[in-house]
Amino acid sequence: MKKILASLLLGATLFSSPLAAQDGPLRIEITEGVIEPLPFAVPGFVPESPAAASQAEQLTRVIAADLTGTGLFREITADAHIGQITDFSAPIQYADWKAINAQALITGSVGVSGNRVTVRFRVWDVFSGAELGSGLQFVGSTDGWRRMAHKVADQVYSRITGEGGYFDSRVVFVSETGPKDDRRKRLAIMDYDGANVQYLTDSSSIVLAPRFSPRGDKVLYTSYESGFPHIHVLDVGNVQQRVLEQSEGTMSFAPRFAPDGQTVVYSLEQGGNTDLYTLDLASGNRTRLTNAPSIETAPSYSPDGAQIVFESDRSGNQQLYVMPARGGEARRISFGQGRYGTPVWSPRGDMIAFTKQNNGRFHIGVMRVDGSEERLLTASFLDEGPTWAPNGRVLMFARETQGAAGRSSLYSVDISGRNLRPVRTPDGGSDPSWSPLQQ
Amino acid sequence: MSFLNKFITVGALLALAACNDPSQLGGGAGGSGSAGGGIGAAGSVSDPTSVAYFQQAVGDRVLFAVDQSTITPQGQTTLDAQANWLIRNGDYTAVIEGHADEKGTREYNLALGARRANAVREYLVSRGVSGTRLRTVTYGKERPIEICSEESCYARNRRAVTVLAGGLTG
Repeated sequence: MKKILASLLLGATLFSSPLAAQDGPLRIEITEGVIEPLPFAVPGFVPESPAAASQAEQLTRVIAADLTGTGLFREITADAHIGQITDFSAPIQYADWKAINAQALITGSVGVSGNRVTVRFRVWDVFSGAELGSGLQFVGSTDGWRRMAHKVADQVYSRITGEGGYFDSRVVFVSETGPKDDRRKRLAIMDYDGANVQYLTDSSSIVLAPRFSPRGDKVLYTSYESGFPHIHVLDVGNVQQRVLEQSEGTMSFAPRFAPDGQTVVYSLEQGGNTDLYTLDLASGNRTRLTNAPSIETAPSYSPDGAQIVFESDRSGNQQLYVMPARGGEARRISFGQGRYGTPVWSPRGDMIAFTKQNNGRFHIGVMRVDGSEERLLTASFLDEGPTWAPNGRVLMFARETQGAAGRSSLYSVDISGRNLRPVRTPDGGSDPSWSPLQQ
Repeated sequence: MSFLNKFITVGALLALAACNDPSQLGGGAGGSGSAGGGIGAAGSVSDPTSVAYFQQAVGDRVLFAVDQSTITPQGQTTLDAQANWLIRNGDYTAVIEGHADEKGTREYNLALGARRANAVREYLVSRGVSGTRLRTVTYGKERPIEICSEESCYARNRRAVTVLAGGLTG
């Protein structure tokens, strides 16, 4: 993995458009929730040499999968195409694509030279007969070809929706094997779509709830390596890990980075009571944020770092609270029926995702940061632990099925509640944490 | 927007909160009696100083009601016997494991398991066992012994187990 990250010299270059670049009317407004996905065509990217043929084909398929996976786009597949793109520079025959009702057309070319891949692409608004944005070129290593496909798809998604993309991102999670009474857990990292799974720990001790740093280079998690739960930090590049908090007679868990990447907020248990603390990574200084006989856990910072949302049972059962990042008076924000836990602040700052338990069912939901406009997105025997896509439009979470053969797997869902999809992993999965977009 | 409205539920249910008060003693369902054995034990049950005797004759675990950490009357009987045994067998130390059933979120269940383990520790200390001999650990919902998704299994998973030193269970 280190090799992939280091050798992926991604360069993005704009190149001039044959037509004046303009913003056409082609647009999806995600906020309204899309009922009818936008039809697009992505004819196989043109290989610049025979050696590039298979790479071009694979890249095209990943781009199409990224877009259709959002539920916002529908691919018109090659067997329905009338026109063919054999020359990336040739003028677009719009009539061919109008005839099959492709509203967006993505064309591209792929060149391979040694272990370097060059991808060029353009996005066309078929019905207004104009290019959407400008042609763009990515250069990278052959190892990182999937990332280039995700970068292209992010550009297409962005140009059509006006939102940031999320395909060139990774997910760290707990990979699970074995039955409920002998479950083996290890940390794993993968591309957002489940590709390129790599394991970061073995299963010799229980590992829980990994959380990315703001730059995606470190992962906080809880490990039972010492026999007791304690928070650890792991460097994604070299897979070196160290324990962060191991005070005698205490347990620590539920760590999460502050947006500064230097401060960690977490739960520390002493004498049966769990409160919130911060740890400064540089100095090792610990600061107590809450001091109550109730359970305070699952903290998450606002993107500006000024506030923390967390769960507490100080009212008698689990509810969500917001307090200043340095501690102080907390304001309860959840008032619906049932119990609320695992709050996570959206990267856009506008919403909080959570797990809700009510009448024996579990839900993933979102609410405004003041607790208003609560919306439940899922319902099952056990849904838990949402994490936000980098653009704040999609959530990933874990769903455990019922009974002796029950197993945990990852799912994603749109914040509109649409497009619930399984995220395929080699084994079971839980506790996902979505990285920011990769640089 | 009607799509949003459909899902908005607001209403403070203070009555619901009140019945979860953990300070209320005894709250119902938990103590269904003997905890399942099945753990490999050192020594013979016929030897009253053995780990096997502690596990099987004294009883190494107590059970809890949903979302509670209060020791039930049955639990008190078990812990009284544990305290007596620990006082008589002063060479042993113990780790008290707190566990939760699967119907809860991961972090909360870790905190709840810690509460349960600590409730047992405090009870044993109140009965004369030295606190320096007792550590606690929470496993939250990570180590169920029963795997069905029914109350009969959940009741046995909501437990605190006193594990004598050297016999740490996974």
